[in-house]
Amino acid sequence: MTLASIIEPYVGKTGGLITALHAVQKERGFLPEDIEAVAAEVFNLTRAEVRGVISFYHDFKRAPQGETVVRVCAAEACQAAGGRALVADIEKAFALKMGETSASKDLTLEPVYCLGLCSCAPAAMVGDRLVARADTDKIAKTVEKTKKERVS
Amino acid sequence: MSALTLYLPLDSAAVALGADELGDALVREADKRKLDLTIVRTGSRGMHWLEPLVEVEKDGKRVGYGPVDESDAASLLEAVTGDGKHEKSVGVVEEIAFLKNQTRLIFGRCGVIDPVSVEDYEKHGGNAGLDKALKMDSAAICEEVFESGLRGRGGAGFPAGIKWRTVAGAEADQKYIVVNADEGDSGTFADRMIMEGDPFTLIQGMTIAGIAVGATEGYIYLRSEYPVAARVLNDAIANARKAGLLGDNVRGSGKAFDIEVFIGAGAYICGEETSLLNSLEGKRGEVRSKPPLPALEGLFGKPTLVHNVISLCSVPAILEKGAAFYRDYGMGTSTGTMPFQIAGNVKHGGLYETAFGLKLRELVEDIGGGTFNGRPVRAVQIGGPLGAYLPPRLFDLEMDYETMAANGAGVGHGGIVIYDDSVNLLEQARYAFEFCVEESCGKCTPCRVGSVRGVETMDRIRDDIDHGKNVDVLQDLCELMVDGSLCAMGGMTPIPVQSAVKHFPEDFGIKPAKQAAE
Repeated sequence: MTLASIIEPYVGKTGGLITALHAVQKERGFLPEDIEAVAAEVFNLTRAEVRGVISFYHDFKRAPQGETVVRVCAAEACQAAGGRALVADIEKAFALKMGETSASKDLTLEPVYCLGLCSCAPAAMVGDRLVARADTDKIAKTVEKTKKERVS
Repeated sequence: MSALTLYLPLDSAAVALGADELGDALVREADKRKLDLTIVRTGSRGMHWLEPLVEVEKDGKRVGYGPVDESDAASLLEAVTGDGKHEKSVGVVEEIAFLKNQTRLIFGRCGVIDPVSVEDYEKHGGNAGLDKALKMDSAAICEEVFESGLRGRGGAGFPAGIKWRTVAGAEADQKYIVVNADEGDSGTFADRMIMEGDPFTLIQGMTIAGIAVGATEGYIYLRSEYPVAARVLNDAIANARKAGLLGDNVRGSGKAFDIEVFIGAGAYICGEETSLLNSLEGKRGEVRSKPPLPALEGLFGKPTLVHNVISLCSVPAILEKGAAFYRDYGMGTSTGTMPFQIAGNVKHGGLYETAFGLKLRELVEDIGGGTFNGRPVRAVQIGGPLGAYLPPRLFDLEMDYETMAANGAGVGHGGIVIYDDSVNLLEQARYAFEFCVEESCGKCTPCRVGSVRGVETMDRIRDDIDHGKNVDVLQDLCELMVDGSLCAMGGMTPIPVQSAVKHFPEDFGIKPAKQAAE
């Protein structure tokens, strides 16, 4: 599908540009360079306006992510339950810093600010799988599971 | 083949603790036993230390087993088809003290019913508030809400009835109901739980609001971190349309109201109502200057009633049982019930709905059971990242809007994060600034630049560089952010910082002597 054909259905919808960008990212995994020009044309906006929206939101990525994205909660309730140590431990275990993608592009580590699992913290999300009372072992196992599912 | 119905939560917390895998294992084990198993996925009861909590009906009562995981599937089926005995049995669920002692005006059906079944909802008393509202004129509905004393549950605590009157009184060709479901405060999950566990109550509250203020369109602005809530809401809305609860002719009244779910894109600031409205218009989520108030010029410049999820979910009970009934709960100007969320390092974490006015100590110690790891509690943070840190000596404060405000704190959205004695409050105060750096919309300077300066100043205090001078700079900076910021993001970031300095000066290398006059 071309970028224009992905985003066209959202023209005229409330908040259409944001929903359209979500749709592109779902299809392509990230927002490619030419999205600014295409979305500006389709939505009758300036490129600056489109770029402004993309750069404002954490969800929108300008570069390909790893095949599996591990998001570890960095917010207070998780900190209270050992979240800071978990982040350090995960970074060590995967040899990546928060915000980095591995050279082989198989994994991205990312902080997230609250998954709403604060009563069973610390929390993480591996791909679209939620993990509560998370530790490095539990997260690593979930990563493996996610990888296996992709292969099969 | 014998038949069996089990209730298993679809709530994110239960899923994150293995509910889906458990469900699969139960189906496999049932097949082996040639058992005709039906699993009804419900919301959570809010006792998250017991999740996944499986329930089965016995003699008209629901008995529970938890926390169970997939390795328990076989023994669980043996138990529920046999004498019921199992090491994970918790007995009759509604007899558990944590649940029994609550006053659930909002969450009564959560964890009990199939959240997307209109039939189940109505069997459990759903839509009684709406039916009453449909027989009233719109001004009378607004008055009922005003009389109930309901205040906005998102954090600001503004009287809901005043907002309703304002939107109802505004002349326009189009008005909107917008639900703020951008629940970004760490330590809070009440919105998520009700949207996943009983979405028809939100739909009902929105519909009543629409009829009262003359709005025909409603939007739920939902954060992207809540995919389960998105799925459940969309299914519930589709079923509500089919059942005539939404659409051109709500319950045959001739009145129109419909709802759409909009997914945000990861920005804490979009929980601020004007930023949310910009985002819902597809723009950068920058804060707008007020006035104009959203009640007069909101979404696309039209009169808009913006409410938090829990505020609107409180409305059906107010209409059903009357303002006087609702007002009888709570204390002073904090009327009704509040779903408190007990989180962080806690033994019995979860959601506890009760009337305003119980003591913080009851929530932390009696109900929450203290810390998960058994260490002493050193601090709690109330009301999210912009809320105050309080020490145990203030745990006898009552949880209501006035008492909290008088002590430099706020109820916020009702989240309580518990910390043990390993917490370093300087690090927490630094984090408050860091979070503000990350999440500031950038429109006003005190927030955008002040937060960066805050992190730097905190580092100098930690590293003992010009210590005294930097403590003064910190206080100065906080005052400036409070006075000069456009919205609560910059204006309230100093609350966690200053409360930490005030109550835990030793963590900042400040002599506690300064505190003696307190």
